Amino acid sequence: MGRRVLLIEDEPNIIEAISFILSRDGWTVHTHEDGTTAMDKVRATPPDLIILDVMLPGRSGFDILRDIRAEPDFARLPVMMLTARGQAKDRDLALRLGANHFMTKPFSNQDVKDYVRKLMEEAS
Amino acid sequence: MATHAMTGSRIRERRLDQGIRQADVAAAAGISASYLNLIEHNKRRIGGKLLQSLARALDVDPASLSQGAEPAIVDGMRAAAARNAHPIDTDRAEDLATRFPGWAGLIAAQESRVDALEAEVRALRDRMTHDPALAGALHNVITAVTSIRATAGILASDDTIDADWQRRFHININDDSRRLAVESEALVAYLDPPAQDTTSRDYLVGFEEVEAFLTRETKLLDWIEAHPTANPETLLNQYDAPHLSREGRTLLLAHMARFAADVCLMPKATFTPAAFGAQGDPAVLAAHFDADLPAVLRRLASLPPDVNLAPMGLAIADQTGALTYLKTIPGFTPSRYTAGCPLWPLFTALSQPMRPVKSEVVLPGQAGARFMCYAIAVPKTPADFSSAPVLETTMLVVSDPAPGPVEPIKAGVSCRVCPRAQCAARREPSAINTFS
Repeated sequence: MGRRVLLIEDEPNIIEAISFILSRDGWTVHTHEDGTTAMDKVRATPPDLIILDVMLPGRSGFDILRDIRAEPDFARLPVMMLTARGQAKDRDLALRLGANHFMTKPFSNQDVKDYVRKLMEEAS
Repeated sequence: MATHAMTGSRIRERRLDQGIRQADVAAAAGISASYLNLIEHNKRRIGGKLLQSLARALDVDPASLSQGAEPAIVDGMRAAAARNAHPIDTDRAEDLATRFPGWAGLIAAQESRVDALEAEVRALRDRMTHDPALAGALHNVITAVTSIRATAGILASDDTIDADWQRRFHININDDSRRLAVESEALVAYLDPPAQDTTSRDYLVGFEEVEAFLTRETKLLDWIEAHPTANPETLLNQYDAPHLSREGRTLLLAHMARFAADVCLMPKATFTPAAFGAQGDPAVLAAHFDADLPAVLRRLASLPPDVNLAPMGLAIADQTGALTYLKTIPGFTPSRYTAGCPLWPLFTALSQPMRPVKSEVVLPGQAGARFMCYAIAVPKTPADFSSAPVLETTMLVVSDPAPGPVEPIKAGVSCRVCPRAQCAARREPSAINTFS
């Protein structure tokens, strides 16, 4: 089972908190804050799982997810969407675009750990 | 059935209400009982002295027999009936309004209130859904809460965190809590404007606020009539206008400036006699003052009632048909909150820009109220080669014109409350009883 998580999120304190939680749980966490260059980061250092915020500077998480699923190498890469927008239509859109899970902010730390573990197990 | 045609029914109702025999009323009015019977069944039209005699015999105001209920109240009652899930006999709305004007007024007022509240709900829903400022503020609050929750969760659940990390997380929580306080205050301020702004919140759109202000502050336009070159901003500062919303104030200043320009071009002292001389014909007045037609239509509608021309209403709409100014007169009370009847010349003018439209319009029910309408749609922006013109349509509505040779347009207020079943412009079924 892979151990590399790429967190694409633009809020520094949330990045720090999630990175800390997952690092303590044994995952290697890479982070990226910009939507425009997120795909470059994915291609440069392919992760085993992506945690992807929806509202990012430059480009939305939905657009990035669409690009991820368009590339054969990442077609089955586990992606967990993270958003402050909990509306049903956003959840439906995320799942339709191929997200494996949709988590609404504010989340519990335990949920983050549990779903990362679950998605990694399902992918392996 | 038109109101005047219901006069006989009203006479019969009054007589029966008072428990007087037909023969007694007939004798008091100097006619035979059989003739009164024909009148009461609307088989003979009456007016003049006979109407007054019958009114005297019944001890009622002749107008209450001939005119029936206030058309706006009957319209309001029909609109209220249209909301009802079960069919209501709307044909008798006028009877009800005539016999119980107080209750009818209450029904119409409550319908108007429900209409306004529904519009407010729609406006608030739109605001919640589409306002980027609100969405941004909520996002910021949730982001700060998320960060605090995640960081506090780490500190609360892990005793083995070293001192440097603990200090770092404490600082993060402190920063996020400050940010949350600021964002929360901004959000509360956004959702709950300060007390002095409450007056403006009584109006859903700034246009209504402007119209209400002009109705209340009648001397404002009189002052502009006398001083059309004065600065509108300076003038407005002299009025009790601090309760105007920012949007309302902006629209009012624009309205004042436009009115002042119309006055400069067509001063009341010369415009009023010219309007009489032209018998209110806008085209004649436009030629006389070398003014454009929309300005003449606005100027005619701005004349005070004491000028003695027929009552005149005015509607101005943008290219979508949304009303940006409305001066109502009895019988002409379109709603801002429901889509109107597309047959009004206000809207047909939009399909033929720059071409004046003159049409007589007759409304259903309510005494078949008739209006002569003068409308024209013109670009409100200067012509240029890079963009299509933005149109504005203006319609003057003159009450009770003399019958003309052309069949009037059979328009309505809105499809939902319009009884005309056979109408090419119908976009949705009517919720009230219809007729062909």
